[in-house]
Amino acid sequence: MTEWFATIMGASLFVLMIPIIYRICVGPTGFDRILGVNVIGTKTAVLLVIIGTLYGRVEMFVDFALTYALLNFVAAIIVSRYLNRTISLKEMEAREKAKEEGKV
Amino acid sequence: MNMDSYSFFALAVATEESGGGFLPLKIIGVVSGILGLVFFLGSAVGMVRFPDFYTRMHAAGKGDTLSTMLMLCGFGMVTMEDFSIGSWLLLIKILAVILFIYLTTPTSSHALMRAAFEDDEMPMTEEDLKKSKKRGKKKS
Repeated sequence: MTEWFATIMGASLFVLMIPIIYRICVGPTGFDRILGVNVIGTKTAVLLVIIGTLYGRVEMFVDFALTYALLNFVAAIIVSRYLNRTISLKEMEAREKAKEEGKV
Repeated sequence: MNMDSYSFFALAVATEESGGGFLPLKIIGVVSGILGLVFFLGSAVGMVRFPDFYTRMHAAGKGDTLSTMLMLCGFGMVTMEDFSIGSWLLLIKILAVILFIYLTTPTSSHALMRAAFEDDEMPMTEEDLKKSKKRGKKKS
């Protein structure tokens, strides 16, 4: 029963990943893409536990799942820091000037 | 292959005969795994169908966290063969993964959304929706 359950769960998880791969391919912005990568990475941790159940070595594969979740989190934080556009001081002053002129 | 499936069948019969102790745990695990699949289906449909980055983030963040936690919890219950020290250790490890995902997935989605907002990615307003509807009518 356990093996059948694990097989069906893994197959349906794999099928449900297809729409998210579509979003990664056609996503309008870069944030959509990194969001899809984040979702798929979280699901891969579950898939690793399922594969461990099928091979009968769950105690080894759970460590892999923990490591994969950690790397996924670090990747999401790094990409969000990288895509975060910081404004230079000159540009900020120019924006404030434009606002004041617009008000006046 | 044949021998293997036969031994698996015999094991299933034996566990059903010995019964009682951990069969309810397995049923709870299967039910929570299927619930997790339903939540992940909602998350996938939301990521394809929603029109805006922030609404897609809404679908992905919530559905992803809850479905992952439910599925891992279900597998922790299903793999609980007997109540020995090894299986308790395995359950504690899976609970550690659940705790980690519970902490990190909302954090990473929050960081992504903050980065998108500071990158001048404006959320969709009602006027944008009307414009897109008009465009669709003109095209059709």
